[in-house]
This record gives sequence, structure tokens and C-alpha cells, in this order.
Amino acid sequence: MISLAGRDILHSWGKFVFTGVGLGLLIGVTLTMAGVYRGMVDDAKVLLDNSGADLWVVQQDTLGPYAEPSSLYDDIYRGILGMPGVDRAANVTYLTMQVRQGERDVRAMVVGVVPGGPGEPGQPGYLIAGRQITRGHYEAVVDIATGFKLGERIQIRRNHYAVVGLTRRMVSSGGDPMVFIPLKDAQEAQFLKDNDAIARQRRRTAGNPAFNRPGTPGLLDAVIASQSINPYVNAVLVQVKPGFIPEEVAEPIRRWKRLQVYTRVQMEEILIGKLIATAAKQIGMFLVILAIVSAAIVAFIIYTLTLGKIREIAVLKLIGTRNSTIAGMILKQALGLGMIGFVVGKIAATFWAPIFPKYVLLEPGDALLGFAGVLVICALASVLAIRAALKVDPAEAIGG
Amino acid sequence: MLGKGIRIEGLRKRYGKGDTAVDALKGVDMQVAPGEAVGLIGPSGSGKSTLLKCLGAVIEPTAGRMTLGEEVIYDNAWKMPDLRALRRDKIGFVFQAPYLIPFLDVTDNVALLPMLAGRSNAESRNRAMGLLEALDVAHRAKAMPSQLSGGEQQRVSIARALVNRPPVILADEPTAPLDSERALAVIRILNQMALQYETAIIVVTHDEKIIPTFKRIYHIRDGKTQEEAGEGRAFE
Repeated sequence: MISLAGRDILHSWGKFVFTGVGLGLLIGVTLTMAGVYRGMVDDAKVLLDNSGADLWVVQQDTLGPYAEPSSLYDDIYRGILGMPGVDRAANVTYLTMQVRQGERDVRAMVVGVVPGGPGEPGQPGYLIAGRQITRGHYEAVVDIATGFKLGERIQIRRNHYAVVGLTRRMVSSGGDPMVFIPLKDAQEAQFLKDNDAIARQRRRTAGNPAFNRPGTPGLLDAVIASQSINPYVNAVLVQVKPGFIPEEVAEPIRRWKRLQVYTRVQMEEILIGKLIATAAKQIGMFLVILAIVSAAIVAFIIYTLTLGKIREIAVLKLIGTRNSTIAGMILKQALGLGMIGFVVGKIAATFWAPIFPKYVLLEPGDALLGFAGVLVICALASVLAIRAALKVDPAEAIGG
Repeated sequence: MLGKGIRIEGLRKRYGKGDTAVDALKGVDMQVAPGEAVGLIGPSGSGKSTLLKCLGAVIEPTAGRMTLGEEVIYDNAWKMPDLRALRRDKIGFVFQAPYLIPFLDVTDNVALLPMLAGRSNAESRNRAMGLLEALDVAHRAKAMPSQLSGGEQQRVSIARALVNRPPVILADEPTAPLDSERALAVIRILNQMALQYETAIIVVTHDEKIIPTFKRIYHIRDGKTQEEAGEGRAFE
């Protein structure tokens, strides 16, 4: 038996291809939206992977350090190192800001880490060029997405840093590339006041008789010195010893150190379930709207194509073609249109995904799901046209 | 069944109900023998199209009897269960415009019917080619309908009507879009095919050029038919 749908598509291939391309671009946008969501989730996971931690120790009653602000004294890590099952513990700070290089600036997450080699919690796990931070000040390792190059000098607040290493896929949960600098510099950058503010604060302190006692020399200097430093970090990243279960290590820290401790699973829940939940719902709404628009377009196109063939359908019915054959022809055409659209959409999404400023992750599973969705939508969209075709009276083929 | 022709007796068709009811056919009698081509003529609104639709099993008559060979199609309130299969296997249609399927080539336009009837592709195409050769359009077998002339299209539509070797062919103004020469050629072909395949052919026409070619003519007026002898000019 001849494939009526296939022959019709081949006969008016231009109409089908151009319509399929239009539909395909819409499907491409839909796949990209799904890719944006997957990219956000992947960014969140990459952030956790790259921190190299098994546990995140943060301020009590906070969801820090990524979803909420968290402040800990920078000497707390010493006590944590003594807890059972703790292998390594390192302070870390996170600060999202504009990092300048020459005339341009880049939105980045500045991460303050304790200088050391790979494997140390908080350090970039691997470099694609250069070396790790080895000095206590004014060196930086940057993600290549910042656009900075080895040897360039970048400015964070009032200090300049030499780029000594390049890394890749080190991003915040918001997709901003990371810039790693020594912890002390990051602490300073986080709470750095301008010179006028410092002068005003010193004047206020000196004006306070409790701090400026004539009989206690050196008290004012000590107070001013304490106000000029930042003894806080955002979190302590902990690696547990082999053989220990993270939750079992976390529990004593919570109880005895009176701090909040999150395991990897809990951190993922915070990042994906809370930090990007609203964005995910937003994307979900877009996906629903795009699916409805795609269905409406396919329905309209197939309906219009069917109305254009009313006379042929009447003749087919008159000469004894079964209704199921005619319905099958329309259904196959709708599915054919969907397939053309999906192929075009997949190719388009693959080509334009790398151009997006944030990471777009196109997963094969999503593509398969999208393909099934397109076929279902096309099948549903063809119902209107099939109804119209089945209503055609074979008598229309005969004049009168 | 072949060789018995088509016969209708007291065929009536009423549209609507009550005060708005219209009697389009008021007891039509007609008989066409196998191998015979008859003309059906009449003014607009006389019931030609309604009669053609009843004959084509497209609409059901209100009353009357219709037989095709020895098979009863309608008998007052009774009708044959599968009229779609009847149309496919036992009635051929030729229209005013050829109405070929635009996305099928000439061979497949003709071969589609036997394929729909469950015959193999090879057998269907062989049958189609045989008819296309008989109708002198085999050289356009791979052409699309849009590439054919009006006369060629009409010959292909005749091949399509004949391909399942139906006992009856209904032709609705088949020569209307053609000039005199081509119109006569089409009627000559229809008559040849009627004889060759023992098919009863009913041709609805207004065309003054072809009316003299029929040996028998049915005049339909106000829903009733009247039989007349024709000149049978072209085929002597």
C-alpha cells in the first residue's frame, strides 16, 4: 500500500520543511530552556564538587555559605580539626563582585582560600595552565570564563593580583566564574572600608572615653587595631577521614561546637531545592507555555493543510478509502512535521547552546523526553484536522 | 454479477421534513445493460446530481429499489451494509474535473484503488499500466497530475474508474472542460471501455456535442426520468 502521508510530504516538501524549520526553532528554544535549567543544577553540583568538601560548617541557624550569609571566627577550624573523623579543615570566604582588569570588569565569585596545593578543601581541583596560589597575598587563580589570562593583573577592591593559574568549570550556583585569592586578602576585601570611613571610625573611637583613657596607654591603639582586621570567614570546609560516614562526623560538630554542619546531600537540597527553585519554576512555566504554543502551531498548520485537501479527501472517501486510512495519513503528516521540527530544534539548540553566557546543559535524556513530548503534542494537535477530514462528505466530490 | 448491469425501480429521494420537505426524485426507473453507455440529461435542479449520488451509493434513497447485477443495493428501507466497499469495488467514478490525487504520480493514482481493495502493489500497478496503455497515456505513467494536459488527466481518471473492473461507471459531466475534439475522444473511450469490460456507463451531461453519440438517453425533469432513443452517431 502506498504511504499517502509520505507521498504528500514528498510532493509538498518545501511547505513541510519550511513549516518544520519554524516549528523546529520553537522546539530548539524549548530544549534550550530545559538545558538552562539543567545547566543551573549542574552549576550547583559543580560548585559543591569543586569545593572538595565532605562537610560544610557554617554559622548556626543559617543556610550558608551559598544560600544565606554566614560568619564564623577564622580560628574555629582548629577546634574542628580535633574532632573525630576530620581529616582536613580549611577556612573559606565567598564574595560575588565585579573584578576589574584594565578598562573592563567581570562579574565573578571571589573565593578566599588558604594557599596550598590541590586536594586542600576550597582549592581549585585542577588547573589547565599555571600553578596554584603559593603566596599569602596578591596571587589569583581564575576560571577561563572570566576571560583573564596568565600573567595579567586584576584588581579586587583596592589591591592588584597577578593571575598565576587558570582553571575551568569553577562557577558559582548563579553561573558566575570564580576567582581564587588568598584567604587573608579575601577577608580584607569582604569588609574593607574606604579611607574616609576608617578615619571617621577612628575619630569616634578616640572620642569614646571608655577606649581613650589617659591612665591606660595603648588601649586606644589596641581597640583601633582590632577594628581594622576581619577575623571572620563564611564557612569551614571539612574533609572526613576514609572509612568515616560524613553524617557521623557532622553530628559531634553540631553538638559540641554549636555550629551548623551540612553534608553533601543536604547542601544539594539547599542549592537545588531553595536557591534555584524559583528560577526552575520560572523555566517550568516557560516550558509549559512553549509546549502549548507548539501544539497550537502544529494544530493550526495540520488543520490548514487538511482544509486545503478537502476535495482530494472527498474523492478518496468516494472511491472507498477507509476513514482510518485518511486519519492515519493526517496523523503521520503531523508526526512527520514534529520529527522534522525536532531534528531542526535539536541541531539549532546544539549550535546555539555554547553561545549562551551561562552554562546550558543539553542532556540526551531530555532530548528523548522532548522527542516523545513533540510526538504526543503532534498527535493531539492532529485530532482537530482528523475530525474535519472525517466530516467531509464523499458527495462533495460529485457536483450539484 | 458482471454482465447484469444496473437497474433502479421507483427510486425516490426526499430532502427535509414536514412543510420544508423537497422531493428531488419522484420514482425514477432506469436500466443500463453491461457494455452500454447511456446519457442522462436534464436542466439544473431536475435531480441529476441527486440521482447520481443515489446511484453512486453516496446518499441513500428514501424509497425504491436498486440492484447491481444480482446484488441488491437498496430495497426501500433496507440497504447494503458496506456501501464504502461497494463504491470501491463495483462503482467507477469519472468527474467533471479529473480530481486526481495531486501527490501521487499517474500510475499510483490509478493503482491506488486496487491497493485499497487489498491487492498487492505489483498486481495493482500492472493493472494500472495495462489500462494506461489502453488509454494511450502509458508514456506519462511517472508524471504528476499537474504535468498532464486536461485530456490526459481525464483519460487517467477514466483508467482509475475502470481499474477495479466495476460493473458500472458513473460519469458526471466528464467532457465539460474539454473542447469538441477531446470531448468526443473521451466519450469514444468510455464507449470502447464499456464494450471491452462489459461495464454499464451512465454519463450525466449538458454537452450538446456529445448527446448525439448515445444510443439511449434518459431525460430527467422534475424528479422523473423519461427514456428516449439517441442517435448513437459517433460509434457507427
